[in-house]
Amino acid sequence: MSPRAAWRLETLGFSNVYDYVDGKNDWMAAGLPTEGTNNLEPRAADLARKDVPTCGLTEKVGDVKARATAAGWDAAVVINDERVVFGLLRSKELNSSPEELIEKVMRPAPSTFRPFVSAHEMLHFMADHKVENAPITTSDGRLFGLLLQKDVIAAMEKKS
Amino acid sequence: MPQEIHREEVRRLVAEGAQLVEVLPSPEYEEDHLPGAIHLPLKKIDSRARDVLDRNRAVIVYCWDVA
Repeated sequence: MSPRAAWRLETLGFSNVYDYVDGKNDWMAAGLPTEGTNNLEPRAADLARKDVPTCGLTEKVGDVKARATAAGWDAAVVINDERVVFGLLRSKELNSSPEELIEKVMRPAPSTFRPFVSAHEMLHFMADHKVENAPITTSDGRLFGLLLQKDVIAAMEKKS
Repeated sequence: MPQEIHREEVRRLVAEGAQLVEVLPSPEYEEDHLPGAIHLPLKKIDSRARDVLDRNRAVIVYCWDVA
C-alpha cells in the first residue's frame, strides 16, 4: 500500500517522498513507542524485564547459575554477541551439572514474542502452554527482555 | 522516484522535520500509529494530500510492511 501512496504523492507534486518499506510492523517489533488506543493496554514491552541474566553458548552451567542466583534470578537467556537469542535456561537447566556447557543443556530455539503483543494475549499463551517466562525479541531476533508470567498476572489484576 | 528507507533513516528524517504519513484505514491508525504520524488513507490521497501535507518538506509514507 505504501509504494502506491508514495508514487501517487510524487505525481501530485511532492518531490521528496520516502517509503518506509518495513512499516509499522517493523517499528513495533523493535519496541519503539506508538500512539493510539492500543496504548491503553499493557504490552509485553511494558512488562518484560530487561535485566534478565544472559550468557553465551560456551559458558559453564555453574558459572551462569551463580551469576543468575546472585542477581535474584532462576532463569537466563542464551545469546550471542549480537544479542540474538539461541536458547533459554529455566531452573531445571540451571540445576544441571555445573561443569556442563550451556549449549548442551539449554532449551534451544525457544518461542519468542514481539514487544507489541498485548499482556492479555501473552497471559493466554503462557497459561495455555504452562510457561513461567518467555523471551521478548525484536524482529531481527535480538533480546528485548524476559517476560514473567507473574508480572503479566499482576499487571492484569492491577488493570481490573 | 520514491526512495525506500528503513527504520533508522525514518528516525533521522523525522528528526530533521520530515512528515510521517500512515496510509492505512482509520481503525488501524487509531489503534496504533508512529508518534506524530499524520493520517492520510490511500483512498484519500488524491483529494486531501495537498491540503494536509507541506510539499516543501520531505514526506515518509508507511503501512504495515512491504505488502
